[in-house]
Amino acid sequence: MSSSLTDAPARAGDLTSVVLPASDRKPLSKKELAADQPTWCPGCGDFSVLALYFKLIEKRKLWHEKITTIAGIGCSSRFPYFVQAHGVHYIHGRALPFASGVSLSRPDLHVFVFGGDGDAFSIGGNHFNHTARKNIRMTYVVMDNWVYGLTKKQTSPTSPQGFKSKTDVGGAVDRPINPLKQAISAGATFVARTTHTNPNHVLQMMEAAMDHDGFSFVECLSECVEFYEGAFDASNPRKGGVFNTVPADHDVADEIAAYKLADAAFPGYFGILYKASCPTKNANEAKINAAAQEKVKGLKDWQILKQTFDRLK
Amino acid sequence: MSEATITAPSAGRSPGLSRISEAVIRIAGNSQDGIQAIGGFLARLAGRSEQEVMTFMTIPSTISGGPSIFQVRIGSGEVLSAGDDADVLMAFYQHSYENHVGSLKKGGIVLYDSDHVEPNPEWHKEYRHVGVPISSRTVEAIGGTAKDKGKNIFALGLVAKMFDLNVTKLTQLISERFSGKDTSVLNNALTAFHAGYGHSLENTLETFRFAESQKKDRPQVVMSGNEALAYGLIAAGVRFGAGYPITPWSDIMELLRRELPKYGGTFVQCEDEIASISMALGASYGGRVAVTGSSGPGISLKTEALGWAVMAEVPLVICDIQRGGPSTGMPTNVEQSDLNIAVFGGHGDSPRVVLAPANVEDCFYTAIEAVNIAREYSVPVLILSDQAIATRIEAFEEPNFEKVFQDISPDFSPVPDGKPYDLSVPDGITRHVPPGTFIQSGKYPIITGLEHDEAGHPTASPKLHLQMTAKRRKKLQALGSRWPTPRVHGPSEGNVLLVGWGSTQGPIKEAVDRARAAGDSVSSIHIRYINPLPPGLEDIFAGFNHVFVVELNDEGIYGHGQLAGLLRAKYCDPKIRSITKTDGLTFKVKEILGAVRNYLEAGVRKI
Repeated sequence: MSSSLTDAPARAGDLTSVVLPASDRKPLSKKELAADQPTWCPGCGDFSVLALYFKLIEKRKLWHEKITTIAGIGCSSRFPYFVQAHGVHYIHGRALPFASGVSLSRPDLHVFVFGGDGDAFSIGGNHFNHTARKNIRMTYVVMDNWVYGLTKKQTSPTSPQGFKSKTDVGGAVDRPINPLKQAISAGATFVARTTHTNPNHVLQMMEAAMDHDGFSFVECLSECVEFYEGAFDASNPRKGGVFNTVPADHDVADEIAAYKLADAAFPGYFGILYKASCPTKNANEAKINAAAQEKVKGLKDWQILKQTFDRLK
Repeated sequence: MSEATITAPSAGRSPGLSRISEAVIRIAGNSQDGIQAIGGFLARLAGRSEQEVMTFMTIPSTISGGPSIFQVRIGSGEVLSAGDDADVLMAFYQHSYENHVGSLKKGGIVLYDSDHVEPNPEWHKEYRHVGVPISSRTVEAIGGTAKDKGKNIFALGLVAKMFDLNVTKLTQLISERFSGKDTSVLNNALTAFHAGYGHSLENTLETFRFAESQKKDRPQVVMSGNEALAYGLIAAGVRFGAGYPITPWSDIMELLRRELPKYGGTFVQCEDEIASISMALGASYGGRVAVTGSSGPGISLKTEALGWAVMAEVPLVICDIQRGGPSTGMPTNVEQSDLNIAVFGGHGDSPRVVLAPANVEDCFYTAIEAVNIAREYSVPVLILSDQAIATRIEAFEEPNFEKVFQDISPDFSPVPDGKPYDLSVPDGITRHVPPGTFIQSGKYPIITGLEHDEAGHPTASPKLHLQMTAKRRKKLQALGSRWPTPRVHGPSEGNVLLVGWGSTQGPIKEAVDRARAAGDSVSSIHIRYINPLPPGLEDIFAGFNHVFVVELNDEGIYGHGQLAGLLRAKYCDPKIRSITKTDGLTFKVKEILGAVRNYLEAGVRKI
C-alpha cells in the first residue's frame, strides 16, 4: 500500500462503473446545482455570488462529487447549504484551516471556501494570514459587506470609521482593515477584487481564481441591504458611482504596485491586483514525500515500520 | 526481593560477586550532562538482554541547565514501576548528592563524582559511598578539549563494570548512537566508556550480576510512550496530522512530521491549536482518519472544534498528553487532571470517546483502537496519555507488524443517497461518506455543526433535535456495551479494591502484589475505557468492602478525584472513595499503600 496523498484515491476507479465518463457527462444545470432556498434577505448581494458560482461550475464542467464548498459562520457562510455538492458548514472563523486539511489530503478535489468579513478578518484573521503564506491550494471568496449581518448590525473589521452600528452607536471608532493589503502582505499569491453588482466581472474573477495554482483570494463587495444599504453605491455606475478596473498597464507580479492599488480610496480598483507564481504547500509536501518514499522504495508500509523498530532494539 | 537486592545485608560485604534480580539506578546531574543518554543506553541494553525495564525522568522546563534526574529500573522479573527507592545513586554535583541521597534505600550505594562532591560524613553510616573522580578521569582519557563532555559515557562504563553488563552489546549501542557523526565523536565516546569500565572499583565495591531473565517469544523494542503512540497511529493507517508545539505532546508531532512522508502522509505544523484540530478535521472529512493532539491548555483551545466533530459526526483522533495544570501549570510534570475536560469539555451535550493507555506498549495499541473506533462510529476519540508515560522508556515485545498494520484508504464507492445523519440505522451508527463520492440520487450531504436533518440541512425542529441528540448518544452507549469488563488483578472478592487509569497501572499493581504478599486483602482493576465506561463495574465493586480510586489529580471541592467523581455519578456508590495527589510525580507504591492504611485505620484520607 504505497498510497500517497498525491495519488488519485485508490478506489476512485469504482466510480466509472456507475458514473459516465467525464466526456459523456453534460454540464450541471442550475437546477441540478441548487439545493436549499437561500435564507438571505431579498436584495442581498450574496445571491449574485451564488448564481455566478453555479455558472462557473456549469461553464467549467465541474462535477458534484469533485467540488467541496466550505464555509465558517455568518450570513454568507450559509453558502454550502444552497449548493448541491459535498459541503461543510464549519465553525466561526476556521473555514480556512479546515479547507487546508481537505486540500492537502485530497488533491483531486476543487476546494472553494466562502465567507464574510467578520469570519475572514476578525475571528479568523490569524488563519487568513497563515493560509496565504503557506500558499495552500484553494479558492477563497469573501463576501465583504462591511457589517455583521447574521447577528444584526454590529461593527465589522471592515466597517469604515464613523459607521453607526449597535456596538458603535456614535459611529465606528477603530480603523478598518484593508483586506487586499492584508492579503498581499501576508503572502497571498492571487489577490482580486470584484463587486456583486457586476456579474460578468465576478465570474471572471472566480474563474481566474480557480485556475490559479495556489491560495487565491477574491474580495467581493456584497451589499447588506438590511443593515448597510448603499455602502457600495460609489462603486456602482447605476447608482452614480464609478467602477474602475485595474489599469491596463499594471504589472500583476509587482507586489509594491499591487499594494499601492489596494491602498486607493473607495471605490478603488477592481480586477486582479496581484498574482505570483510560487510553489504551493501541496507541491512542496508532495516533493518531500517523493524524496522520503524513494528511500523506502519497494517496501510495504509495515516493512518500513519494522525497519524503524529494528533501530529501537 | 529478599536476598536478591543490592541493599540486602550480606555477610562480610567483601568485594566479590552478588547475584541480583533487579536494580534501581538514579542518575542525578544537570540537564545538559547527557544523563538521559546513560539511562537510554541502559534501557536499550536491558531490552536487548530480554530484561524488563522502566525509566523515570525529570527535566526542568528551561531550555538548558537546571537539575535533572533519570531513574532506570532493570529487572529479570516483571518491572511495574520505576521503583520507589533507588539502590544506586550516581551524583554528579553537590546538589545532586544532597537532593537525592534521600531517594536511596538504607544501605544503598552513592557513586559520586569526587571532583565535584564533598560527601557528608553523617550520611556515611546510612549509605555506602564510593567516590570516583569522574570529571578529571574523563578529561584524562579523551583529552583536554573535551571539558566535561563525555563524562556521562565514562559513568556508563562505571555502571557497566559495577553490574557486569554486556560490554559487546553496549559498545554496539554506542556505535549505533554515534554512527551518524564525525568518527572522532564515536572514538571519544568509546574511549570514555572503556576508561570508565576500566576504572578499578575492586577494593571498594563488589560486582552485581542480574539473574537470567525469561526468554521472550519475540524480540523487544525499547521506546517512550510518545514514540509508541506515534508509531501506533502510523500502523493504524493515519496519514495526516496537524498540531502546534506544546510540551509534552511535541515529540509526537516531531516524529510524525519526520516519519509520515515515508508512508505518503503529511503532518502540518499549524499557526495555532484551533487551526490544527480544524486541519485534522478537514483531512478526516476528506476520508481518512487524521490526528491532532496537544496538552491541557491546547486541548482547551480545541474544544469548540471538538464539539463540531461530535455534532457533525466526523471521525478524529485527539491525543492529550496531560501535564500539571491548570493554565501553564507544570509543563514537565505529570498529572491526570484532564479527565474531566476529555470527557465533558465543551459546550452542549457532546458525547465522545475517551481512552487511556496504561503503559508504553499500550500506547501503540490504543492508537490503533482509537482510529478504528473513530472510523466505525464517526466520532472524535481522545487518547488520554500523560507526561509520565510519554517520556518514560520501556521495553516491550515487537508487534506483529503484518498483522497490526491496516489500510484505511477512503472508500469512494458511489452511494444511493446522501444521508450522513440517517436516523433509521441501528444504534445511530452512520459512516462518514467522504467528498469524491458520487451520490446516485443527486442529493449531496452537508456536514454541519448546526442541528440538522438527515441530509445535513439546518433545522430548528424540536423533534429532530431530540432525535439527533439521541443518535449521538446512542451510538456511544452501543459502543460502551461492547467493551470488555476490566480484569481484576488479584481475587475478585475481598476487602480493598484499587481502581486506576492511565499511567498509574504499574505502581497500583505493584502495591497489590506487595500488600497481598504481606497478607492483606487488596485487588485492583485498571480502566482503559474512560468514556463510555465498560460494563460490569458495579458487579466488581460489589465484591469489595472498600473501593479506592487512585489518580494523579486533586480531590476537588467534594472530596473525589476526577475518575472517582465519574464513577460515583454513574454508580451512586458511596463506597467509592479517592486516593489522589498533585505533587507532579508518579505514585510510589508506598504512597498508595500508606493512603489505604490511613483510610482503613483512621478513616482519614492522607498521602
